[in-house]
Amino acid sequence: MTGLTVADSSKMEDSYLVADGVSLEFASGVRALEGFNLTIRTGDFLSIVGPSGCGKSTFLRLVAGLLKPTSGTVTGGGVDGFAARKRERRIAFVFQQPTLLPWRTVERNVCLPLELRGGWNRQTRGKVAEVLELVGLSEFARAYPHELSGGMQMRASLARALVTDPDLLLLDEPFAALDDITRQRLNSELLSLWERVRFTALFVTHNVGEAVYLSHRVAVMSARPGRLVADHAIPFTFPRQAEIRSTPDFAALVGRVATSLGEASQ
Amino acid sequence: MRKNTLPLSTRVLRFVLPPMIFFLLFLGGWDLAVKWFEIPAYLLPGPKPVFQSAVANGRVLALASLLTAAAAAAGFLVSVVIGLIVAFLFSQSAWIQRAGYPYAMFFQTVPVVAIAPLIVIWFGSDFRSIVITSAIVGLFPIITTGTAGLTNLDRNMVELFDLNNASRWQKLWKLRFPNSIPYLVAGAKTSSGLSVVGAIIGEFFAGFGQQRYGLGYLIFQANAALKTDLMVAATIASTLLGLLIFGVVGLAGHLALRRWHHSAH
Repeated sequence: MTGLTVADSSKMEDSYLVADGVSLEFASGVRALEGFNLTIRTGDFLSIVGPSGCGKSTFLRLVAGLLKPTSGTVTGGGVDGFAARKRERRIAFVFQQPTLLPWRTVERNVCLPLELRGGWNRQTRGKVAEVLELVGLSEFARAYPHELSGGMQMRASLARALVTDPDLLLLDEPFAALDDITRQRLNSELLSLWERVRFTALFVTHNVGEAVYLSHRVAVMSARPGRLVADHAIPFTFPRQAEIRSTPDFAALVGRVATSLGEASQ
Repeated sequence: MRKNTLPLSTRVLRFVLPPMIFFLLFLGGWDLAVKWFEIPAYLLPGPKPVFQSAVANGRVLALASLLTAAAAAAGFLVSVVIGLIVAFLFSQSAWIQRAGYPYAMFFQTVPVVAIAPLIVIWFGSDFRSIVITSAIVGLFPIITTGTAGLTNLDRNMVELFDLNNASRWQKLWKLRFPNSIPYLVAGAKTSSGLSVVGAIIGEFFAGFGQQRYGLGYLIFQANAALKTDLMVAATIASTLLGLLIFGVVGLAGHLALRRWHHSAH
């Protein structure tokens, strides 16, 4: 079950995103990624786990077009030069911190991407209310970020990501700063959002349980420079219930991913 | 969100009472010290003669305070406007910032007492020169805090704007400007107190031989006439004026930030 995904899977019709031999060396000489290959199918939920500093977040930023690879390509979304063509990309990013603008209310934070993209009108006003409803923050539309708990801030951040109807949602350890109970609740909420909206999700975490619970596949990265070292299929069907976390099968999968993560860290 | 349930009067008392008590203790100590050590009045009069002098010269003191207040307020506004323009230019390019910063430092390091006479020579012995000295003293804090606020951005926020194809102007209006407000409030507080100092220094050199004059000239004049009681009264008036301007600016900052920023809580 640990087959490396090779570059020629890009010919698969349902692949949404293909990273082919991606390397990135920073100006400082640090090699963040080397020969990184990954394919994500449309509508999949794929998690990347790896040791700290292995380049997981760097890869998300490459996909988002915030960084350019030194060599190799990232293609996908039916667009040539995926990373370069900002206009056509329908990507949203959820950061490790909620990254809400403290001077804007929750509602005005959520409509920011629409405002910036120039799509701010009466219809989009309905869209903002819709995503706030989706994350359960309708009552807090007029609140300022500092008035919300950490979990609620993260929900607002999710709502802001979803307001543009993204095809691809990139999540960079979004729940790492939250306590365990809040994290598990938000995991379930994220899954039910995904089941309703069906975006393609690329989720970076260092929490193996979280990765297994959420994903179709869990990719394991090596220590820097990051390469793909294992790719675990997670066979549980969707919709998933929170209870699967206490089954032996779940524990066995977590164990297997954790083992390859341990090997990757050496 | 921390809600303050105490009535406003109680909250005000909590901030006003301790400094009031301290002030009364200070007056008592001052009075005792003058009597105990038998300090002659030309060196340091006790609080009572100072108070009597303040009452006797009430009209003069009030007019001088008003004029100095106007000059300091105008100087403060000039330093805010010019400081913001410079900070904006600095934030637009690292090259401009590197080129200009040493010259901005000039306003911080120049001895105002030394250039105030020059300013009077250039701009005349009137209100304008006093506003200029006041503005020079208040300029630097606005430039530094404004530049910091416009450039110290959360990396993820910048990425969020980039991901959504934000233009340079959108980043400026929707990210850099609002981000700079808490920084500027801190800078404006420092600058507001300094603007009174600058105005008084300016008045030492300008405003001679005129019908109307500010606290600086009053201090100068009282000093020359060995009216130490009036000198101390004018000094206290200028301190109170500084506190007042600082308080007004601080309150404005608090109102601007109270909805969204932690420092306002």
